[in-house]
Formats: sequence, C-alpha cells, structure tokens
Amino acid sequence: MLKIVNLKAGYNGMEILRGVDLEIKPGEIAALIGPNGAGKSTLLKSVFNLAEIYSGKIIFKDKDIVKLPTHSLIYEGISYVPQGRQVFSDLTVLENLEMGAFSLNNDELIKRNIADVFNKFPSLKEKQDDYAFTLSGGQQQMLAIGRALIQDPELLLLDEPSLGLAPKTRKEIFEKIIEIKNEGISILMVEQNAKQAVAIADKTYVMENGKIVFVGGKEILNDQRIKNIYLGE
Amino acid sequence: MISAYLIHLLILVGIYAILAVALQLAMGFTGLLNLGHIAFYCVGAYISALLALAGWPFWFCFLSAGIGAMLFGFLLAIPTNKLKGDYLALATLGFSFVIYAVALNWTGLTRGPLGLPGIPKPSLFGFVFSGNLSFLFLTLAVALISYLIIKKITSSQFGKVLEAIRDNELAVRVLGKNTFKMKSYALGISAFFAGIAGSLYAHYITFIDPSSFTLLQLIPVIAIVIIGGLASLKGTVIAAVVLVLLPEPLRFIGFPSSIVGPARQMIYALLLLLILVYKPKGFYGKIELE
Repeated sequence: MLKIVNLKAGYNGMEILRGVDLEIKPGEIAALIGPNGAGKSTLLKSVFNLAEIYSGKIIFKDKDIVKLPTHSLIYEGISYVPQGRQVFSDLTVLENLEMGAFSLNNDELIKRNIADVFNKFPSLKEKQDDYAFTLSGGQQQMLAIGRALIQDPELLLLDEPSLGLAPKTRKEIFEKIIEIKNEGISILMVEQNAKQAVAIADKTYVMENGKIVFVGGKEILNDQRIKNIYLGE
Repeated sequence: MISAYLIHLLILVGIYAILAVALQLAMGFTGLLNLGHIAFYCVGAYISALLALAGWPFWFCFLSAGIGAMLFGFLLAIPTNKLKGDYLALATLGFSFVIYAVALNWTGLTRGPLGLPGIPKPSLFGFVFSGNLSFLFLTLAVALISYLIIKKITSSQFGKVLEAIRDNELAVRVLGKNTFKMKSYALGISAFFAGIAGSLYAHYITFIDPSSFTLLQLIPVIAIVIIGGLASLKGTVIAAVVLVLLPEPLRFIGFPSSIVGPARQMIYALLLLLILVYKPKGFYGKIELE
C-alpha cells in the first residue's frame, strides 16, 4: 500500500529523516513510536509534501508520490490528520465535515459519508450545528478524524490522535481507530502513548534520530532494549 | 448648501463602503491582513484617470481600473503566498509603499506630486454624471452591486472554503484544496472592488495625486472593517456610514479645517483602540482579530 524507501527529508536544508524505510500493507495498522525529536511527525509531513524531501522514494499503490503537491494527495486516496486537532473552529461540525468532501461531486455520496461519520461518532451528530470551538478536546479529535474519512481514503495518517486527551477519551479514540481499520482502511499512526499504540498495531516502527531502529509486533513491549531506550523502564 | 454637503458625504460613504466591503473579503473572510489595500485603490484611480484623460469612455476606464487592480492583487499574492498574520501585514504594507513611491516618482506617467487634474466626469449611454446628485446615484448603484456580489461570494461554497482557510489553512490543503489559488482569487476579487472604488473617487474629485493613497487613508477603511466586525458585511456597511459621518460635526463647532483632518484620524484611532479592548469582535463580527 505505502512503501517508503531510504527517505531523507527535513526543513530548510536540515536533515531530520536520515534514510527511513517503512512499509504498510493493505488493511494494516502501523504504529510509529519514538522519543521527541526523532522525526515521527516529519515522516508523516513528508508523505504530504509538507517537509523538504532530499532523496528517497514514497510509493503509494505503485506510484511515486514524492513530487505531488499537498492538496492533491487526498485524491490519490491518502488522508492526513495533522497533530493537534486541526478543526475549523469558526465553522459548525457539519460544515467541517462538508469541507472534507471537496473531491466528491455526488451529493448523495457526500450525505451518505457524513451519515457514516455520525454513526461512528454519535456525539458529533448531536452537536452537528454547534461551532467546532465549543467541542471538547476528544470531540474535536473525533471531528478531525471523521472529516478525514469523508473522501473514502484507503490510507489514513494520524499524528498523535490521543494528544492531550484524558485516559477514558484516549481509550475511546483507540477503539475508533480499530473500527476504522476493520472497514479496510490502512493506518499509519504516530503516537506517544506507546503501550496503547503497540497494543492495537499490527506492526510497530521505533524511530530514533531520524532512523527506524526497530520493527516488530506486539512482542516489542517486552524487548529489553526498547524498554530501556524508549519506554524508560 | 447643506444638501450639497450631505450629498458629498454620502458619496464618500459609498466609496468607503465599497473599499471596506472589498477589504472584508480578504481580511474578514479569508484572514489576510492586507495593509496594501489602499494600493489597489491607488492603482484603480490612476488607471481610470489616465485612460479617461487619454479619451477612453468611462465604462472602459472603470472596468480597466477594476481589472488592473485585480492583476496587482494576483501579483501581490505570489510573494505573500506563504506569509500569515503580522508578516503578511508587513509585506503588504511594503507593497503599498512601493505603489505610492511609483505614483510619486514616475512623473512621466503620473506627473508625480503635481497630480492629474481635469479628470472628466463619468458619462454612460450619453448621460453625463456632472451633478453631484447624479454621481451619488451612480456611487450607490456601484456600492449596492459590489455588496451583492461579495455577499453572494461569501455565502457560496467558495466563501466557505475561504473561511476555512482563515481558520486553518493547513487543514484545507490537506483536505484537497489548493489554498494558494483560493487566496489569490480572494485577493484578486478584493483588489478588483478596491480598484473600481478608486475609479469612482478619481472621476468624482476630478483630480488625484499620490497623497490620497497613503497609509493614513487606509486607517478609516481598516477602522470600518474592524469596528463593523470581521466577516460581517452588514456591520461593514453600517460602520462605513457611521465612521464617515461621525467626525463631521467637528466642522460645525468651529474647528478650523487644519484641525479637523488630524482630529478625524485621532477619532478613528481612539475608536479602534476602544473597540479592540472592549469589543474585539466589533459590532457585528463573527470572529476576533488575531
């Protein structure tokens, strides 16, 4: 589905990613964990052409997408939820979701997809005419994820979906992520809550200093090296 | 006498309303803090005046003013594409100084500080708007049409996208819209209406020089936009009426005109301060200035 080969990228000439390889198979959740500053968010930004790419390949469904502009990637089938609940705070919940439907010209389809999001996140339906800034943090995150699903993506990139959420809400978000995966959408997720992320992921990449230092399944939680360098145990 | 004075004021209200509603599209709806707005007004006024002096009919001068200003809007959009907030304000401010300097120094074209006198009164279909009353009707008609067009734009799907860009540009790009294109359109359309306001001004006063297009002239327009309320067209129009008329009583309490001018600026500045402190959304605004 998504294959990243020897990717070097950064900002203003400063290399943050120093040769990253990563692969996501269809219907899989991949978690990307690692200490602050490792380059996890930069990796997601690189896929969306929001960072400078120096060398390497990003292949999505057999097509090199490195040169594609940010606004065209959703049409390829990739949806991205940036860090920190990027909702349109002065628009209503419904208007926010409609903003997710740029590429769909079919009103019936838009309605159906918005209804699907409301089914998935019932609390959004109750608030559909409220301004997004009145929502709680968890609801805003659900709105951001819901909005990213409107255009029927095949791959969803999530940057710290549980950032700043209470444990109960966090659990709810992770449950929703599993639900989304079960609908056949592949997911690449950057997370700080490593244990929960690893628990729902099919595959976990551990990143340090701009490189992938470890790839594994759920068993990595027991790996002494991971415990030492990252989990701090 | 009083009625001629009132007609004059109402013409100014109309011109300021067009300018402010145009700025509202860029600043209130799209979130582009454009301090170069007055430059579009300047470009429009000079294009219209020069073409009219060269003998072109009014409708042609008027439309060229709008289109010429719009091209400058697109031009300004290119280098300021990635700028936001204060940085955008500074860059666009620089743009307004550039245009002012060109108007002042390209004497071969603009006659510099001597200005362009004898700009003909507009005529349409054989009717000459020579009297101020007929000019008032022309101004109000243009203002009304401008208002309706911008109203239509802001309530369209495109208008919603502009508001979304104001709230969160990154999210709009990620969701599949070329925000650079959208912002350029917003700036271009905004500049178009500023340009035709400039044309009306030039043909009304029949004389223009660079001093009519300095930053000082922008302050009332910004004050109207902020006091009326960002992203509110109704508020903009009401504020245009109130703010243009408000300093006028100063003339009747016997201040000399050398004091009335600066006092006007002070009133606007004071009002702007009070509004920002006590009513940051303005009177009808949806959002606060960031």
